[in-house]
Amino acid sequence: MCLAIPAQVVELREDDSAIVELAGVRKEISLVLVDNVAIGDYVIVHVGYALNKLDPDEAAKTLALFAEIGQLGDDPMVH
Amino acid sequence: MKYIDEFRDGEVAQKLAIAIRREAQAGRRYHFMEFCGGHTHAISRYGVADLLPDNVKMIHGPGCPVCVLPIGRIDQAIRLALAQGVILCTYGDCLRVPASDGLSLLKAKAQGADVRMVYSSADAVALAQKNPGRQVVFFAIGFETTTPPTAVAIRQAAAHGLKNFSVLCCHVLTPSAIASILESPEVRQWGTVQLDGFIGPAHVSTIIGSRPYEFFAEEYRKPVVIAGFEPLDVMQAIRMLIRQVNEGRAEVENEFSRAVDRNGNLKAQQLVGEIFEMRKNFEWRGLNVLPYSALRIRDQFAEFDAEKRFDLTYEPVPDHKACECGAILRGVKRPQDCKLFGTVCTPENPIGSCMVSSEGACAAHYTYGRYKDV
Amino acid sequence: MSKTRQAYVRPLDIKYGQVEMAHGAGGRAMAQLIDELFARYLGNEFLAQGDDGAQLPAVGEGRLVMATDAHVVSPLFFPGGDIGSLSVHGTLNDVAVMGARPLWLSAAFIIEEGFKLADLARIVQSMASAAKAAGVPVVTGDTKVVERGKGDGVFITTTGIGVVAPGMELSGRSARPGDAILLSGTLGDHGMAIMAVRESLGFESPIVSDSAALHGLIAAMRASGAELHVLRDPTRGGLATTLNEIARQSGVGMMLQEKALPVNPAVAAACEFLGLDPLYVANEGKLVAICAERDAEMLLAAMRAHPLGVQAAIIGRVHADPHHFVQMTTGFGGKRIVDWLSGEQLPRIC
Repeated sequence: MCLAIPAQVVELREDDSAIVELAGVRKEISLVLVDNVAIGDYVIVHVGYALNKLDPDEAAKTLALFAEIGQLGDDPMVH
Repeated sequence: MKYIDEFRDGEVAQKLAIAIRREAQAGRRYHFMEFCGGHTHAISRYGVADLLPDNVKMIHGPGCPVCVLPIGRIDQAIRLALAQGVILCTYGDCLRVPASDGLSLLKAKAQGADVRMVYSSADAVALAQKNPGRQVVFFAIGFETTTPPTAVAIRQAAAHGLKNFSVLCCHVLTPSAIASILESPEVRQWGTVQLDGFIGPAHVSTIIGSRPYEFFAEEYRKPVVIAGFEPLDVMQAIRMLIRQVNEGRAEVENEFSRAVDRNGNLKAQQLVGEIFEMRKNFEWRGLNVLPYSALRIRDQFAEFDAEKRFDLTYEPVPDHKACECGAILRGVKRPQDCKLFGTVCTPENPIGSCMVSSEGACAAHYTYGRYKDV
Repeated sequence: MSKTRQAYVRPLDIKYGQVEMAHGAGGRAMAQLIDELFARYLGNEFLAQGDDGAQLPAVGEGRLVMATDAHVVSPLFFPGGDIGSLSVHGTLNDVAVMGARPLWLSAAFIIEEGFKLADLARIVQSMASAAKAAGVPVVTGDTKVVERGKGDGVFITTTGIGVVAPGMELSGRSARPGDAILLSGTLGDHGMAIMAVRESLGFESPIVSDSAALHGLIAAMRASGAELHVLRDPTRGGLATTLNEIARQSGVGMMLQEKALPVNPAVAAACEFLGLDPLYVANEGKLVAICAERDAEMLLAAMRAHPLGVQAAIIGRVHADPHHFVQMTTGFGGKRIVDWLSGEQLPRIC
């Protein structure tokens, strides 16, 4: 049940809601499931709710990993 | 679109394909199950399988909540709409699932039932507020990603003292489904389904974190890599799984680190725990009855429980005899192995739910991939 | 249509009035509605004849083409157009893609009792502008009124007649292996513009419907001298449906390049939010053209030189395929088919 997309918060509203924007399309969503969201943050949006914030540093790290035609065993993302 | 386009880059895909080809050991076969229906859809829609070497195969798992929803539950929703005259709110995915008596929610609508598609659970609450004289029922399906939004709706309804809003709760749990795959005789005893690892769901994991999968990695010695939703995420996760298999590791790794951490969204988990509790048993289509695998509404919120308000009973309905959805959901058979696939059973005329949901293995294969079969 | 008697008749209250059952009954009230609203805005020599049908001149050489379309769009007014302009553009395009020069239109209205005259006037004026801009008059029409609750505001059916010069006929059966497939512009604008104003989905966007009459663009394409085999406008069901229809009619297969498909970023984003695929979303001002391979670049240039074809692109090629699959190389590098639409495209949450 996974259709969720990352969108940027452009406006904060009362009642725990916000306006997010993706390429010019704006939608009102609820922030009730997340804390400490600021304008400019990216959130994952699913059925009208933000599920989580997106971490831009981790995103950059992940993209860098894709580009790595690395050696075996040098993957740092093990938990 | 930021954080979307970069993860769909075709040039990076070619490079990743080369890396995967290098790391997959020739002479060894790798079978990975992508649990989540969203991943099934992404793999088909982008043609990811074409970029994988021949010895790496993807098996579609049961992480499609529409596909595992038993006919009997849709019958309950249809009965509520037709016989009880409620405003039945549902996500678009459920509308065309075939149920008993040749009906679906969409067909019931054509017969006069007040079935309304909503994008969000909040829309259902709003409908209840706008129509105080009507009963509004929200048909809540989905894995852990979609459960918190339902919890919010119930809490809102309680806060507003709504007397005409209730939820038909069919939320199910991911770890239970994974366990049932791993416990299935084909995997555990007979070894007829070779399963080397899992691609863990993306957005379910933002809620539950990566911790719940550690049990499976340890107990069953299968690696799990949680992958983001985009095709590059899926490919990277496959690469990480191949590495683990080659190195004899069985760990939980997190490719979707930009949105998932070990603990998940505690606020959402807490809210879900307030409103819901586990059912002792729940029937899953294709996986039979699984213990502690689904949720129901706690007694404190009983007035929002449609099963209690309307005194609903659950009647199991067997699948069409020739329908192989069950085996397909467990990864034991492929869509092409089902006699009904593409002949009697098509997206226009779906016999089983694997065909009606666009994430179902059968629909995904039919819609995007069947040219490979001819 | 009959003329009203020359006694004093209170004019229609277009500002605040409503359509009533009498307006469809064939009597004085209907005649007044026609005079003061329809004929007033749509007026031309044919309507002025005042008969039940229009007498039209013979067309000389060539074959006649006729097309009809019922319009039930909801909401009636949307960014970039309304049911009025849509009903004119849609039928003009159906005629034009057959290779014909559109000549005349008819318009039949089914109006719900209680519909605001102000809205009706706005719709009819919009039709009149669209017809005038296209140079095609509405020569005859009909009006019916149904009881409140039995109609969705207004439904409009338009029929168009055109003439195609000998040898210039086009049909969906003429695509050949090796042909190039071209698209005149961005996908999904109309469908997503409509979605945006449907309340229940609640999103705001800068997306505007692409509703437009295409016969000018088509004339420019023909003038280029390119060997055109098929022309069609992808409406409901989107590009995917249109290409599958042509593939089946012509008995061929197709291979598209996803990277070549023009899509407005806002449309792509709106589709992401709703889980829709732009390939299946309706267009109302776009063309698919299939032409001989050697003329592809020339045709592309002619399209891009026209205001309605500025973002035209070559999107694929026709090949032999007994299964008539429309296939696509995805932007990601893998392959998939672009199948027929099944049922209605419903927004996904999964």
